[in-house]
Amino acid sequence: MAHAHKLEIFRGLWKFKSNTQKIWGVLAFLTFVTAIEVVLGIYKPEALMHTWLTPFEGGFFATLGNIILSPFIYMKPLNLIFILLTIVKAYYITWDFMHMRDEKSSLRRAVVWTAVFLICYLIFILLQEGGYVYDVYNTDNALIKRDF
Amino acid sequence: MNTTVANTGTEGKTWGGGNRPMGASYGKLMMWFFIVSDALTFSGFLAAYGFSRFKFIEEWPIADEVFTHVPFFHGNYPMIYVAFMTFILIMSSVTMVLAVDAGHHMNKAKVTLYMFLTIIGGAIFVGSQAWEWATFIQGDYGAVQTKGGNILQFGEYVSVDGEEKFKRISIDDFAITEASARTEHERKNGLWFVEEAPLPDYTVGEIYNGLAANPNILVRNQIINEEGEKTVLSREESLRQIKENGKLVVKGANLVVNEYGTSLFADFFFFITGFHGFHVFSGVVINIIIFFNVILGTYERRGSYEMVEKVGLYWHFVDLVWVFVFTFFYLV
Repeated sequence: MAHAHKLEIFRGLWKFKSNTQKIWGVLAFLTFVTAIEVVLGIYKPEALMHTWLTPFEGGFFATLGNIILSPFIYMKPLNLIFILLTIVKAYYITWDFMHMRDEKSSLRRAVVWTAVFLICYLIFILLQEGGYVYDVYNTDNALIKRDF
Repeated sequence: MNTTVANTGTEGKTWGGGNRPMGASYGKLMMWFFIVSDALTFSGFLAAYGFSRFKFIEEWPIADEVFTHVPFFHGNYPMIYVAFMTFILIMSSVTMVLAVDAGHHMNKAKVTLYMFLTIIGGAIFVGSQAWEWATFIQGDYGAVQTKGGNILQFGEYVSVDGEEKFKRISIDDFAITEASARTEHERKNGLWFVEEAPLPDYTVGEIYNGLAANPNILVRNQIINEEGEKTVLSREESLRQIKENGKLVVKGANLVVNEYGTSLFADFFFFITGFHGFHVFSGVVINIIIFFNVILGTYERRGSYEMVEKVGLYWHFVDLVWVFVFTFFYLV
């Protein structure tokens, strides 16, 4: 059969002799990542529970900095780590289990770029609005009262 | 007679659909189309979850305190069971990809075995999710809902290893029951065209009496404080809140109320894990169909196990979605 598999992961750092071996290697890696997530989720290290940066104050450049560095300013490092590890897991599931690694680059891009672009857009819109609604509920002169 | 799925009689005809610019067969390409659209559906749900969570960012339930049960074990084990479920699903993904690999080598016996293991893994996962739902619906400690729709929970301070910790107390342990004049309305003894849901086990008055009689018990509200924990009220404030604002005793969760906090949390839990569980279920059904086709030798005669590859894509996608649901529901 003309099914050529690329038998290396981590950009060639880890090479395998057969496709079956590669599958077990990826399983070991995914299990390792999940284990890290679970351990972090249970113990919640104190150092990762508070943001490392505070929002910049000032004019245009401060706002720009807040936007560019928003994952470090507004998100707990622990949650950032969780999201990054999730994307890592998603990459290896798609690339090695769904054989994206062996597909043509046109198919790969058609699937991944479309989804990633639309999902980023959706997340941006909805989270932005969610934050706004929070402000509407919680300003000093909010018209809606919920603390009873 | 060659009846491979891919043959449509247009081979080589550039404008007749005979060439494959993406190097994938029609069926595989269509599966990818479906997966992209389904991925957008799921991200719509998860982004909506994010919206609601941002809206109630200071009072969203803490997942570690909600999902703490493991079947056959008593005690507080946050995360362990979902981690197990995640592992089962990844494992069944592995057996699926091994089945696809065996299919490439036209090894019928191995495809059969690995498909079977995949189905078993999927069934364990769906069963685990059903158990998770049942536990979530049944509830843990119970709570009182206020007029404003907020949830008040109960507990006391105990010292664990010299550290003061807030330990939850079940309403069953302190409520003082009294004879009540109010009975559940039934069609046979009231208005025949009106129905009523079963009454809560306790009235707010019974909870208040129990709270007043146990000076160690305190009330905790939904607001998350600086330390990332729910705010525990003082004794006077606890009594005042239950007396003035308490409206309904809640045990467990449904689409209207839940004892864990904001009712949207339960709605999203049912909706997102339910939609995912439905995908797993249909995946198991499709896998069973393919499994029997493999046994019957359909793909052996066809000369290609591509069908296994296509359901494999779907199955891995279900696993992929779970990775995200796991992160956003249980970890973040």
